[in-house]
Amino acid sequence: MSLVSIKDLKVSFKTRRGNVQAVRGISLEVAKGEVLGIVGESGSGKSVTSYALMRLLDKGGSISGGDLSYGGIDLKAASENEMKDLRGREISMIFQNPRAALNPIRKVGHQIEDVLCRHAKATRSNVRSEAIKALEAVKINDAEQRYDAYPFELSGGMCQRVVIAIALACDPKLLIADEPTTGLDITTQKAVMDLITELISERDMSALVITHDLGLAAQYCDRIVVMKDGEVVEEGQSDQVFTAPKHQYTLKLVDATPRIGVSVRELLLPDQRTPFPELKKVDLPLLEVRDLTKTFQGKSGPVHAVKGVSFTVKKGQSVGLVGESGCGKSTTSSILARLLDPTSGEVLFNGEDLSKTPARKFSRDPRRASIQMVFQDATDSFNPRHTARQIIGEPLARLTQMARKQRRSRVEELAVLVGLPVKLLDRFPHQLSGGQKARVGIARAIAVEPEFLILDEPTAALDVSIQAVVLNLLVDLRARLGLSFLFVSHDLHVVRLLCDEVIVMKEGKIVEAGAAEQVMTSPTHAYTRTLLSAAPHPPILTVPTSSAAE
Amino acid sequence: MTGRLATVGLRITHSIPVILGVVVVSFLLTRALPGDPAVYFAGPAADAASIAQIRTALGLDKPLPEQFLIYATDVLRGDFGQSISTGQPVSEDLANRLPASLELTLTALLLSCAIAIPIGVLAATRPGSAVDHLCRILVTAGVSLPTFFTGVVLIYVFYYLLGIAPSPLGRLDFIYIEPDHVTGFYLIDAAIAGDWETWLAALKQLVLPAVTLALFTLAPLARMTRAAMLSALSSDYIRTARASGLTDNKVLFTYAFRNALLPVITTLGMVFSFTLGANVLVEKVFAWPGIGSYAVEALVVSDYAAVQGFVLAMALLFVALNLIIDLTYSMIDPRIGFEAK
Repeated sequence: MSLVSIKDLKVSFKTRRGNVQAVRGISLEVAKGEVLGIVGESGSGKSVTSYALMRLLDKGGSISGGDLSYGGIDLKAASENEMKDLRGREISMIFQNPRAALNPIRKVGHQIEDVLCRHAKATRSNVRSEAIKALEAVKINDAEQRYDAYPFELSGGMCQRVVIAIALACDPKLLIADEPTTGLDITTQKAVMDLITELISERDMSALVITHDLGLAAQYCDRIVVMKDGEVVEEGQSDQVFTAPKHQYTLKLVDATPRIGVSVRELLLPDQRTPFPELKKVDLPLLEVRDLTKTFQGKSGPVHAVKGVSFTVKKGQSVGLVGESGCGKSTTSSILARLLDPTSGEVLFNGEDLSKTPARKFSRDPRRASIQMVFQDATDSFNPRHTARQIIGEPLARLTQMARKQRRSRVEELAVLVGLPVKLLDRFPHQLSGGQKARVGIARAIAVEPEFLILDEPTAALDVSIQAVVLNLLVDLRARLGLSFLFVSHDLHVVRLLCDEVIVMKEGKIVEAGAAEQVMTSPTHAYTRTLLSAAPHPPILTVPTSSAAE
Repeated sequence: MTGRLATVGLRITHSIPVILGVVVVSFLLTRALPGDPAVYFAGPAADAASIAQIRTALGLDKPLPEQFLIYATDVLRGDFGQSISTGQPVSEDLANRLPASLELTLTALLLSCAIAIPIGVLAATRPGSAVDHLCRILVTAGVSLPTFFTGVVLIYVFYYLLGIAPSPLGRLDFIYIEPDHVTGFYLIDAAIAGDWETWLAALKQLVLPAVTLALFTLAPLARMTRAAMLSALSSDYIRTARASGLTDNKVLFTYAFRNALLPVITTLGMVFSFTLGANVLVEKVFAWPGIGSYAVEALVVSDYAAVQGFVLAMALLFVALNLIIDLTYSMIDPRIGFEAK
């Protein structure tokens, strides 16, 4: 008998433009002790389904049809008070962005105690020790001391462990994990997912893992449900869904997931695969970094963010900079983008030392145009009150002498180049989709014809199918405009697809560097091996994609 | 704890330049004002000789730097000079009038917090409901009706028409004797003395002006509470709390309200400092012997010592107020380290 059964569930949201159906009649079952993955891209209704199960839909959302039951209890008919007793005690939830999911001004120990007391799992006398036990259960070192910590004092991975501790404190039977590792480092992601699966099997719990990452779902779930536009399009055993997808959409998702042994073109659907452009590589150094260091003055003494980093980017080359948060990759890229001054070291660009010009004055330097950046979060890096046209035109107005008319035609030219429909140019960022915003960000960066482009996780916030398109766009642009890339990322699969060389950084130092293929297949440093093994390995398609598509 | 005390001390030393600046600027500004106190006090029938005599007596014939030096050394000794309009030492005037203003302002703020914060919280939990509309009406009315107008209306209704309120003439009806001066707050002093009849009389006098002022300060507080609660309630940690099955009260007060308090306290501090200086209109309407009306009267007659004393007292008060707000902040929010930079 299944623990959770959802039959023909429909959820609709009241919006200003009338009712929107977010979930259109889905049915699924979670057996006792089973881990079910719900995979889909944004807007597929996968999160809404889980919130409907918890009866925690946002304002305006309502269950408009179907049945929900948990262990024989009709969740649709249950009163709000009955639901409150179930939440946390029978069904728990963990979320993405763990730091925001915790009350910022309450000690984590007290937050666990709140749940324990609510469900009468502890008395006043033993609540503290029970809370510490809950922290120990999620393998937090020094649980006694962490009891008194505030969320801002903990790392992202630690916060997620606390969120898990809160969720599991009252021994629920079902855990819903809503994108539990989005935004976490790759090794932290592995640690958190391993911990979740271990705890679930230890306690004989069931779980619902909601994710956009097919590789992750394939690795950790028993069964997978693929959702699209509020409907289930495919359901089956994880490896089966991956190796022999039946539905066209699943196939598209599987294809778009970066993995070993495919080229960037193979992420696209077969009919969209254009011939691979020819890359012009010149054996001349464009950027030489020599013994770069950066030390920040922290509260408790100096912080050495970058400790003597040297590397070269040749003309037309694409170099990947890989590492976990805090390894100094963002500091390094900020110095190269000349937004930050190094403490010591040289940054030679076409033979000239850029670090001689202070970052403060570099915005007026004629060389500003030749080094540009594409930022991770397209939404946050745009002025929300500027249209796409103004955003792309901004560097043209500041760094070139172009007349207004000329700028206008150049912006349209750029839009065509990055594949943004010209009629969308007069929209504001919030009126554009994630993929369109990424295109605007790229168009802005290449507007002033830079030689060197720094890409800081440009696809991290995108759905896999959009990511596939944007990555291909970057490859095309690189070939067409003869650009050099510094690609900063923590996603090793993406770096492998896009880069000729890879630099692996750890604690401010380069631990390994070399040709991408070589570093990825036969890493010499232990840390690189850790990173590679932490990345989810999607099973490889057994059925050739082209035949499956027919 | 010792660290906290040390930082409090450091913060106070940091405010010394501010206070020095206030001393210099208030001195220069009063001198720059048009009007000659000597002429004013000599009266309309005075001749040049008597004006000159008064000027010498006031020390106004000396060059400015020398006047400043005398003033500064006096201030250092705690002597704020003599008010020429009341004839009393300024420090004595301030000691009498500052508690009157503080008593009025604090009562008004307590009252407005007691109304604004619950209304703001209720409005945020039920957006679009009757409470929300009531909140909007109160906020709009509060800011759009000038205090002197609400004051006069309240007097008209409660004193003239209904006859419930006592005559709006100061802090205490003349048939009562002022309680012994301990804090200068009549309510507290009367309570200390155990004179409950006087206490009640002082309270009756206080109600109307306090309500007038409260209606005015209600608006920003209710607005800010509502906005802060709305944003707190839509945050991720509230979702976590709800997903853990916590009760509505726990979610609302322990989780949302404490987080929403921070901006409310900032607003409260701003409103307090604003009201203390700006309640002169209320003081005038209710013949309240407060510091605001004192300062305005002194300014009109170019009573240098009184104006400077007022400005300096206000500056000291604001420094103290900011310190208290920062301390409250660091108590509520652990992310704000109370550390010296």
